Parts: sequence; C-alpha cells; structure tokens
Amino acid sequence: MNRTVIDLWVGIFVAIGIAAMLFLALKVGNLSSAHLSETYVLQARFDNIGGLKVRGPVKSAGVVVGRIVDIKFDSDTYEAVVTMDIDGRFRFPKDTFAAIYTSGLLGEQFIGFDVGGDERMLKAGDTVTKTQSAVVLEKLISQFLFNKAAEGQDTK
Amino acid sequence: MADLLAPVRKLGHMVVDRIWRLGFATRFMVAVLRYSGASFRRLPLTLREIYFSGVLSLLIIIVSGLFVGLVLGLQGYETLQRYGSTEALGVLVALSLTRELGPVVAALLFASRAGSSVTAEIGLMKATEQLKAMDMMAVNPIARVVAPRFWGGVISMPLLAALFSAMGVLGGWLIGVVFIGVDDGAFWSQMQAGVDFRYDVWNGVIKSFVFGIAVSLIAVFEGYDSVPTAEGVSRAITRTVVTSALTILALDFVLTSFMFRGTS
Repeated sequence: MNRTVIDLWVGIFVAIGIAAMLFLALKVGNLSSAHLSETYVLQARFDNIGGLKVRGPVKSAGVVVGRIVDIKFDSDTYEAVVTMDIDGRFRFPKDTFAAIYTSGLLGEQFIGFDVGGDERMLKAGDTVTKTQSAVVLEKLISQFLFNKAAEGQDTK
Repeated sequence: MADLLAPVRKLGHMVVDRIWRLGFATRFMVAVLRYSGASFRRLPLTLREIYFSGVLSLLIIIVSGLFVGLVLGLQGYETLQRYGSTEALGVLVALSLTRELGPVVAALLFASRAGSSVTAEIGLMKATEQLKAMDMMAVNPIARVVAPRFWGGVISMPLLAALFSAMGVLGGWLIGVVFIGVDDGAFWSQMQAGVDFRYDVWNGVIKSFVFGIAVSLIAVFEGYDSVPTAEGVSRAITRTVVTSALTILALDFVLTSFMFRGTS
C-alpha cells in the first residue's frame, strides 16, 4: 500500500469522524441554538421553587428565551435566588412577572415571564421583583379540604 | 509443612506477579510517551497506523452503530408507547448513544478489531526477533514500532466513537420516523432540547478519548510483553481483548460517576 493511498484514506476517515462530531454537536445537541447568541444575567427571588432544576428553561409566551444557571438559598430572607441566562436578543420590561409553571401534569418545571407594560427595560444583573412561587400540590389539596370542611360547618 | 504452605505461596506469587505487571505497564507507558516525539516528527508512520486501526475499522463501526440504533429505536418505541410519549424517542436514542453506548461499544469493537491486530503484529515482531534486530541497528523499537501504533489508536478512537453515535442516531431515526411514523419534527426538536452539547456530547468524547488511551496502551503492552512463541502470542492476543473489555467497563463506571451525578 503506497503512501498517497494511505494519506487519502486517512483524510477521508478524519473527515468522516469530524463530520460525525459536527452532526452530534449541531443536529443532535443544542450547540446551534443555545450557546451561539450572547446572553445576559437576570435574577429572581422565590418563596418556593418546587422542583425547579438548574439548566431548566426560561420561557416567555411559551418560547424558550433563556436557561436557569444557578439556584441558591439566601439564609437572610429565607428565599431561593434563581440566576438565569437570558438570550441577548430579547429585552423585558421592568414589571415583568416571573412565575414557576409546570409543563403538562408531570412534566418539568420552568420559569415563565409574563410581560408587563413598563417602558423601562431590565438590564443585565437586575432582579425580577414580581415573582410567583411554584404551586405545591399538597398545599393546594389541604387548602381545598379545609375550605370544604369550613363550608360544611357553616351550613349546619 | 511445605505442602501446606504451597497454596498460600501460589496466591502470593499471583498477587506479586500482577502488581509487577501493573508497574511494568506504567513504566512502559512513560517510555512510550517519552519516545513519541518521533511518531509526530515522522508523521507517515503514525498515518499508516491510523489507516490500519482507524480506516479499516470504519465498516464494522458503521454497521454496528446502525444496528444498535435500529434496536434502540424499536425497543425504545415499545416502552415509550406504554406511557404515550413516543416523541421522546429521539432523546432516548441520542442520550443513550452519546453518553454510554457510543463510547463503550465502539471501544469494545475497537479493542477486538484493532487492538488484537496490534498485539499480534508486535508480538510476532518480537517472536521473529525483529525488535531485537532494530535495537542492534540503534533504532529504538519503542519509538519506531510502539509509539506510532499507540498514537494511531488514541487518535482513531474518538472519531470512531462519534461516528458510531451518529450512525446510531440515524438508525433510531430510520426506525422511529421512517418505519413506525413518529413525527419527524418532534423527534429532532425533543432531541435537541434534551441533549446538551457540553454535558452529554462532550463528556462522551472525553470518555472515548480515555478508552482510546487505555485500549491502545493495553494492546501495545501485551504485544511487547508477550512470550515470543506462537502460543505466547496467541495468549497475548486473548489477554488484550479480555483486559481491554474489563478495563473499558470499569473505567466507564468511574467516569460516569464523576460526570453524571444527576443534576441538582
């Protein structure tokens, strides 16, 4: 086997290998969508984050506009501090409402931005002030049961 | 008295022998790394080894990857169907391939296809005293024979593993979308939403790189250390395949436990 044939085949092999890696990165993974655009950081404080996870999505109008990068516990206020990377192309008003929703009945939890009407926009490093905690199913059920019980006593 | 102690002595001999071989293998790796400058200065030597261990493994990797993907597609669909979430088939196939099956199965195939032939080649060179002849001519056999084969394997392995994963994803797509009729858009979009480049794909590449180092080192070491007879060489080849398989699976557990501890 002479030199040029080996060089050719090794070239083909390396090209196929790199093509496979690019396929994995761009078509299978999310390198093309999530990491190429510039991002800025926003924070939000919640009383209860439920089952929110790092790397979970941040959505507005159902479209993914960012990712959760960090979740910390603030022992001074006993709140959860959630740090989010938001796509640099999108700006949100100061009075944006951040709430924790669940996709589907058993799906993953995400932060949803309900946009307000303020003229001033949130800047990098700002904190979203208006938040709504995750709905805890047990609390909801117990509330419902107590209400039912209270109603029953009233009618007697 | 001597008869009673014989089994104990045998056990001790076995343990000492194993530890001695491990130490020898480590020193051997240091020697390979020290003399590997030549395999990059004389690139044709390494290219030739990439041809023999990489290019000639292409077919088995492509075919196996495709079939593993086809099976994953069928089995995954069967299970996901029970929970009514067949659109998640893309995520299932892509995650199992990029994280585990791609690097591990490609490395196992690589060890039996390329590793065994490297061992056989070096072992036979030793048996026919070619290595000694080189030494006599002041050519360092580690720099001339061993290091190019080592680096050929290390370079080929990540490329082969990536190819295996890519072919597997295509196989899963073929079964899921073309034959069964899962929605094409949902298949790819759920896959892209669920597979993170750095966390899943890149960790898989790191795994395959580590496996490449382990398999190549075992292959060249077993060849170099083989008893220079026909029987010794055949034993060395068997040991290459067995030791590589065990090492790959053990390393995979260690790497996985460092990489994927569950997101919190």
